[in-house]
Order: sequence, then C-alpha cells, then structure tokens
Amino acid sequence: MIGPMMNGPEDRSTRPGHPPVLDVRGLTKVYGEGEATVHALRGVDLVVERGDYVAIMGSSGSGKSTLMNIVGCLDVPTTGRYLLDGVDVSRLNDRQLALVRNRLIGFVFQAFNLIPRTTALANVELPLAYAGVPAAERRRRALAALDMVGLAARAGHEPNQLSGGQQQRVAVARALVTEPALVLADEPTGNLDSRSTADLLAIFDELNAAGRTIVLITHEPEVGSRARRLIKLFDGQIAADVRQGGPARGSAADRMLDQPTVPMERIR
Amino acid sequence: MSLFEILRFAARGVTANKLRSALTTLGVLIGVGAVILLVAVGNGSAKQITDRIAALGTDTLTVQSTSRGGASNTAITVETAKALRDPVLAPDVKSVSPVVSASATITYQGSDHSVQQFVGTYPSYFGASNTPVGTGAAFSDEDVAQGRRVLVIGQTVAEELFPGVEPVGAEVTVGGSLFTVVGVLEEKSSSSGFQDANDVAVAPLTAVQQTLTGYGPVSSVVVEATGSDRVDEAQAQVAAILDQRLKVSATTSGAANRSNSSPYRIQNASQLLETQTETADTFTVLLGAVAGISLLVGGIGITNIMLVTVTERTREIGIRKALGAPRRVILTQFLAEATMLSLTGGGLGVAAALIGSQFTIVGVKPVVVPSSIVLALGVSVAIGLFFGSVPASRAAGLRPIDALRYE
Ligand SMILES: Nc1ncnc2c1ncn2[C@@H]1O[C@H](COP(=O)(O)OP(=O)(O)OP(=O)(O)O)[C@@H](O)[C@H]1O
Ligand SMILES: [Mg+2]
Repeated sequence: MIGPMMNGPEDRSTRPGHPPVLDVRGLTKVYGEGEATVHALRGVDLVVERGDYVAIMGSSGSGKSTLMNIVGCLDVPTTGRYLLDGVDVSRLNDRQLALVRNRLIGFVFQAFNLIPRTTALANVELPLAYAGVPAAERRRRALAALDMVGLAARAGHEPNQLSGGQQQRVAVARALVTEPALVLADEPTGNLDSRSTADLLAIFDELNAAGRTIVLITHEPEVGSRARRLIKLFDGQIAADVRQGGPARGSAADRMLDQPTVPMERIR
Repeated sequence: MSLFEILRFAARGVTANKLRSALTTLGVLIGVGAVILLVAVGNGSAKQITDRIAALGTDTLTVQSTSRGGASNTAITVETAKALRDPVLAPDVKSVSPVVSASATITYQGSDHSVQQFVGTYPSYFGASNTPVGTGAAFSDEDVAQGRRVLVIGQTVAEELFPGVEPVGAEVTVGGSLFTVVGVLEEKSSSSGFQDANDVAVAPLTAVQQTLTGYGPVSSVVVEATGSDRVDEAQAQVAAILDQRLKVSATTSGAANRSNSSPYRIQNASQLLETQTETADTFTVLLGAVAGISLLVGGIGITNIMLVTVTERTREIGIRKALGAPRRVILTQFLAEATMLSLTGGGLGVAAALIGSQFTIVGVKPVVVPSSIVLALGVSVAIGLFFGSVPASRAAGLRPIDALRYE
C-alpha cells in the first residue's frame, strides 16, 4: 500500500504523472473545547511536488508547527484530507505509519526531542535501528551524519551535556541519517549562529539538489529566501505563497512551475 | 527489528537511569525479601514449638498424684504403677515407668555439680520420655532388680563434671553413695528458658529409693502408649485402673484428671501438642498477614516508581514513535525492561531472604517455606510487569505528538 512512497527520489523524472509528495486539502485543526477552543488551522490547502524546497514563515502561534506535525504524520487533522505520495494517511494503520515515519520522513522537532541520558550517537542511530540496519552499518552512518553537522567530536555526549545549538544539530543529523525523501524541519536554525546556519543551509541545498523534498519552518528571512517557495501562514491560513529564485535546478524545477498554487497575498 | 536488538535497547533503558532502576529493584527486593523472611520466622517458631513438644514424647502420658502427703491409700506407689501394666485391662499401654526424682549433688574427684533433676526410674523411661542414650548404654531391668548403683547423665552434667574426660566408667558420689556412670544422654533441645533439659541424671529406681528418696510414693508415672493414635485409649484405660485401685467415686471419675477431688492427674502430651500447634498456626497466619501487607506495600512502592517515570517514559515513547518505532517494538522493549528490573529485584530479594534466614531472628531460627518464595516472587514480578508495561502500552497507543506533550 505504501509501496510507491518507498521508491527513491531518483524515480521522480522517470515517472510522469506521479502524485505530489504532499497534497493537503481543507485542513483544519481545533484544539480544546468550549471557552478554551483554539482554531490552530482554518482550512489549509497545500500541494508540494517532489524535489521542491519550501519555507514556511509566520508569526508565533500562526499554526506552523501544527501544520508540520500533521504533515509529518505525528498528529491528525480535525477535518480535511491529507495525501502523502497519493496515499490517504488517515487509512494507514500503526505499522504502516511507523514505516512512513521511519523510511519516508525525516523530522526535525522545534524542541529537538532527543532521548535523555542517551548519547548523541545512540540518538542518531535510533531511526536506523528501527529500520533494521545492522549495528556496524548503523554506527558508521550515524557517525557520518554527525560529522556532516560538525558534531563528530561530540558523539559520546548526552543531550544534557550539549548546548542548545548542538542539540539542534544532533536532531538534524537524526532526521537526515535515514536519507529520507521528505525532510520536515521545524525551525532547524532557531538556535544556531550565522556560521552554523550557513553550514546547515548548505546541507539542505545539497539534499535538495539530490532530489529530496524539503519543507522547513523559519523566522529568519535570510533562511526563507534560500528556499524555492515561500509560504506565509497567518492565523491558521495561508496568507501568501510565493515562488522565488533559490538554487538553480534543471528540468525538475521547470516542471514545478506549472503546479497549482494557492491564491497569492491574502488581504490582511 | 530483531528481538536481540530490542533486548539491547531494554538493557540500555535500564542502565540509562540508574537511580530509577535501583529504586524499582529495591522495591521488589524488599517486598519479596520481607514476605519470605516473615513467613520463615512464623514457620520457624511454629516448628520450634512442635519440636519442643515432640521432645516430650507424643505418645506418653504422665500420671501424677495430686494429694500431697495425704492419705496413703490415694498415693501412687510403685505397686500402683506396676498395676497399670496390664495386657487385659490396658492393652494400649506399652510401657510404664515409675519415676522418683530428687535434687542431688554429684561429686567427682573433688568437683561437684548440683543436678537439677536426679531421676530414679525403669529403663523404659528412656524410650518413653524421648531421651535416648548417646554414648555408653542405658541401665537394664536387671540393674533395677538388683538395685545397682549405675548412672546415666545429661550433657550439662557431663560438661560440668568431666571437662575433656570420658565420663563413661567414672565413679561419682551422690548423697554419700558411690555410683558408676554408664552412659551419657544425647543432647536435648533445651525446652523452656530457665530449665536446662540437659541438666539431668537418671539411675535405676531402686538405687535412688535406697540412697536418696526412700520407699514412699513415686513422683510420677510415665506411661507410654502403643502408638501416638492410641494415647486417648491408653489414657482411659489408665484412668479406669487408677479409679479402681484408688477407690475414686464414680461421679468424679469421668473428669478424673481435671477434678480437684481426684487424687491423680494425667497429662497427655499429644493434647498439649494439639493446642500448641493451633497456637503456632495462628501465629503463622498472623505473620502471613503481616507478610501480605508488606507485599502490598512493596507493590505500591513499585507501582509508585513505575508511575512516576511514566511522564518521562511517555515523552520518550513519543520520540521513538516519531522516529518510526512500531507499537509492538516499543511494547516488547518496555516489557523486557520491566521484566529485567522485577526479576533482578525478585532474585536479590530471594537471596536476601535466604541469607537472612541463616540468622536467628528474635530467638527464632527461620525455616523458609518454598511456596512463600513462589508467591512473593510471583506477586512482585507480576506487579512490576503490570505497572511497567501498562503505562507503556497506553503511551504506545497515543499519537506521537500527544505522547510528546504528555505531562
Ligand atoms: N496541544 C495544544 N492544545 C491547545 N492549543 C494548542 C496546542 N498546540 C498548539 N496550540 C495552539 O495552536 C496555535 C498554533 O500553535 P503552533 O504551535 O502551531 O504555532 P507556531 O506557528 O508553531 O508558533 P511558534 O512560531 O511559536 O512555534 C497556538 O495558538 C497554540 O496556542
Ligand atoms: Mg512552532
């Protein structure tokens, strides 16, 4: 059932008419009841094609993380439909959802969510372990991922022995170690200095150039400007959806231009 | 993910938070250890009581005269005792040993020892009163008939008078007469605190009458029944003969051994044993209840620790689910963790209880009851497993984001 999603991103150009990675229609999310009701999302439509690089911006509390959690199969919408690679996520059972989270999606949490009292290396190895990768291979790939974010020297440290920025980079390494086709990052540069931010964005550019789909949330305009597409969220609705420069891509980028986009610039 | 891999995760989970693991283990340890040890103490004290009574002999009756220095026709004499040995009237009586006792001082080569109980009786006394001869030999009926001055001494007497010397064959002086030690009794478990059961000397009845007590009434008669299940019959037969010989009126004979007007009293060791065993059983039940409570308290302790960690573990489960762990893998890991902790704690608890039972506790040598080990271990491990895995199973059923937000 989730077979098509397991295909590598390389298949993208060879399969015309392939469904978009993300296809979200009329998504709403309501928290709480009665007096305390919060409408975190008020009808979001969003289509993201394979190989796209999307940045989501918006003020605090505008529903960015809520949207990201639903897209990452960690939460369910109150109403609305969500197709991931053409598959209705609400129909997947626990085992299939686990497979999707493990193989298809790499998720970077806003709050890092590293497992306490467990070394950075073991944290990064975790998704590989659940994927059934043998121990030696796991270790090698986890160390490579940590090296990629510049933390190879901190592999043996536990989360409480790492700075906020270092924890964030461990979280990024953990999301990327499985080489997922879809990277979802909730403020991955929130705790990083400009230098580390630049390094991380270079990694994302590289991943995107290799055909992976990236959706990230940010508050920093310079991070947002690196993406091919910038979405502005306001009060649980998409207020703007702008296609912008970003790194040059070949035919895939051209194909992306004629994808449907939601109405531009919402009146404030 | 292979089972081995999951078990490694569980082992890592157990070692990751040492304090929590140690507390959980300790909770199980105390629960299991307390139950086993308390039951062992209860059982040990019950056994101690039974042993004490068994040492008296369970198939014997002791006939004593209640009229002190009264009319001679109601006194129990050697003749009365001999009359109890009657195959027709008393078929359930195996042996009869009249006993005279006195306190006497035994002197050996200048050192003397005041023996608590100097007993004159028949050789059957040794079997009936459950006091077998250890080294040397008992005296014989022949010795009694001849009034030979031979002596069998208890362990305490042997230690006091013959430190490092072989007592058998030695000549001692008792009340001015010379006795030859022919045997030493086996060590007897000391019954009551102030009376040393080993501070005795036993000699032929005739010899003691000659040298110490004179030929008056005997102090008591030890009657041995043909079996411990024939004691009641033997008692009735003995009572009938005594009533007849001592001319007790029919109205009082029914309750002969209780009535004040009766000139004799019959003590039945098996009756004593029964009441004492009942007491001991009550004691065991009481301690069992205490043990049950401690098991409950230990269980609540385990539950508490397990529940306190749920918040942290639920967040962890949320992370694991977000990274792609299926429910089954998470459940297996947490069940394995709970099993490791409970079994380690339970094993250590059993070990602690077994070590503890080697020592004497409040004057009682504990005797471990195997079923208490099974029960304590079973209950504690079950509690550990239940409270270790149920919150985990609940958390594993949550959506990752809800598990991550759990507070
Ligand atoms: N579990 C929840 N229960 C109730 N309300 C919630 C819950 N999670 C989020 N909200 C509310 O939903 C709204 C959107 O929250 P969300 O976390 O998506 O914001 P955000 O855009 O990510 O903000 P930030 O930039 O600060 O991370 C907020 O008003 C928040 O208070
Ligand atoms: Mg957020």
